[in-house]
Amino acid sequence: MDEKWCLGCHLCEYYCAFAQTNEKDMARALKDRKIAPRIQVEDSGNVHFAVSCRHCKEPLCVKACITGALSVEDSVIRIDPDRCVGCYTCVLICPYGAIAPAIAGATAPEGGGLVVQKCELCLQNKMGTPQCVQNCPNAAIVYEDRG
Amino acid sequence: MGVWGGVYPEYEIARNADRCVVCRVCERQCANEAHEYIPEINKMAADDAKCVNCHRCVALCPTRALKIVKSGNTYKENMNWTEKTINEIYKQADTGGVLLSSMGNPEPYPIYFDKLTLNASQVTNPSIDPLREPMETRIFLGAKPNAIERDENGKLKNNLPPQLKLTMPMMFAAMSYGAISYNAHESLARAAEELGVFYNTGEGGLHEDFYRYGKNTIVQVASGRFGVHKEYLNAGMAVEIKMGQGAKPGIGGHLPGAKIVADVSRTRMIPEGADAISPAPHHDIYSIEDLRQLVYSLKETTEYQKPVIVKIAAVHNVAAIASGIARSGADIIALDGFRGGTGAAPTRIRDCVGIPIELALAGVDTRLREEGIRDRVSIVASGGIRSSTDIFKAIALGADCVYLGTAALMALGCHLCRSCQAGKCNWGIATQTPELVKRLNPNIGYKRLVNLMRAWQHEIEEMMGGMGINSIEALKGNRLALRGVGLNEKELAILGVKHAGE
Repeated sequence: MDEKWCLGCHLCEYYCAFAQTNEKDMARALKDRKIAPRIQVEDSGNVHFAVSCRHCKEPLCVKACITGALSVEDSVIRIDPDRCVGCYTCVLICPYGAIAPAIAGATAPEGGGLVVQKCELCLQNKMGTPQCVQNCPNAAIVYEDRG
Repeated sequence: MGVWGGVYPEYEIARNADRCVVCRVCERQCANEAHEYIPEINKMAADDAKCVNCHRCVALCPTRALKIVKSGNTYKENMNWTEKTINEIYKQADTGGVLLSSMGNPEPYPIYFDKLTLNASQVTNPSIDPLREPMETRIFLGAKPNAIERDENGKLKNNLPPQLKLTMPMMFAAMSYGAISYNAHESLARAAEELGVFYNTGEGGLHEDFYRYGKNTIVQVASGRFGVHKEYLNAGMAVEIKMGQGAKPGIGGHLPGAKIVADVSRTRMIPEGADAISPAPHHDIYSIEDLRQLVYSLKETTEYQKPVIVKIAAVHNVAAIASGIARSGADIIALDGFRGGTGAAPTRIRDCVGIPIELALAGVDTRLREEGIRDRVSIVASGGIRSSTDIFKAIALGADCVYLGTAALMALGCHLCRSCQAGKCNWGIATQTPELVKRLNPNIGYKRLVNLMRAWQHEIEEMMGGMGINSIEALKGNRLALRGVGLNEKELAILGVKHAGE
């Protein structure tokens, strides 16, 4: 994420929310629905910054998870909704605010029982590649290994 | 605006309510504030009167809920007093001002490029497959020596004046830093470097960050002399004297003080907020002899290492003027036709002054050949070059190379809304507002420029192959490669082209 190029257009949030629905058409998927994207743009004056999970090398959330619902698979931090009991420890401990409680009635829980949500690089939905990266109009969001 | 001048908006923002998901990207991205969010009903609204039809919202709308349509409102139909004419009169009666416009002449003059067709080989001469055989699009711009010279030992003397080497016969036209943004300049500079061609600083000086692209830079000296100093003149590979511009022949330039912000001010060497006025004439040039003095002053400063370009607008007696320029010591003549773009020009001047580049180019090439001085200069054609075929036809009419301005800006996102003069370019090109400038990421921009130029280069190679030539030099001035369709005798004579079927 390079704030130099982030325009604060918030399109990433909509493409994220759309990706979670597994629908074909964004208008049908998001029309008249409140979205709960896993990437959120922070705005302050002319500075804009999209925040999502950084997939840390040593993730505090995974360490803190009391049920083992969070795990690292191929460097991606994944969440197992069947194991999550909704204690929100991960929400509290993530220093980037990248994990959030799933809002009731929010777009696209991918099956019942989801209580927290975070970016899984679109591996858990039909898209397969991060949609925020693909659809950022100014290449502000990039997907790269920074070691 | 009173009841007399109630001009109905020319365009309407059509929003498909079924598809709009109220993401508000249109509202956030419109610098003209045409879109508005109405929280009470959780819906978007639009003020058509503020829309300049730049398509930023259309391009970014994730659900294709937006399009811009021509408004259906009409005055009583009148072929003499058209809607455009009526609106202009209302506007001027309202403001008392000169009408301003941007980009190139949009009026329906004949486009001669579209009335010329290209030849191809059949049976009696072989065409060449450009995918299998080498095709040469490299060119050299500069004066060519008249004769071979030998030293006392009979060895060849190198009497070649300085040349510009390009991998393809196209480069980016002069667009100043100030008229266009830092990111637009960076995109052009990086693309020129990657492609092995040149971009042109325009008259606004050279930002200190871009001196490192010097090997692919042409620096310009115009009547305002903004940002001109010795290091600047030596920073590029050639120096261009701008005598005129196709969009506004005979007119100077005016960059409003609002655009003279920190870096632009430093680069132009004028105070922040001061209007940058380029006088209509160069105050030290009133004859070819005066021009010669400036040409040689610049050559002295650059130690005769860099070719000097003289750029003129294509006007009525362009051939005679070009002949004078060729004799002034200039190495390259740039001809700018009346469809050339601009960041701002008086509408009447843009739309009514000057002549089409095709006729100017053919006229100049013919005249210089007749006078036996064609080799003293290279010719660069510009002003409305839209495609690889335009380039190809321009070369066949006698150009060595072309300048691309509008097409390059379109690669960077320009949607030809022709509102540059407002300084609120939603695509981050013709603006100095930081939050708008950042919309043009040069990492994307330069790649798009490279893509466009490479695509055109491929197309040129295909056309060359079809004609059975493997070097673009073989096409230069080869008017037998062209035939006219639907042109009258006079037009054919000026173009030096036969009619199709002849």
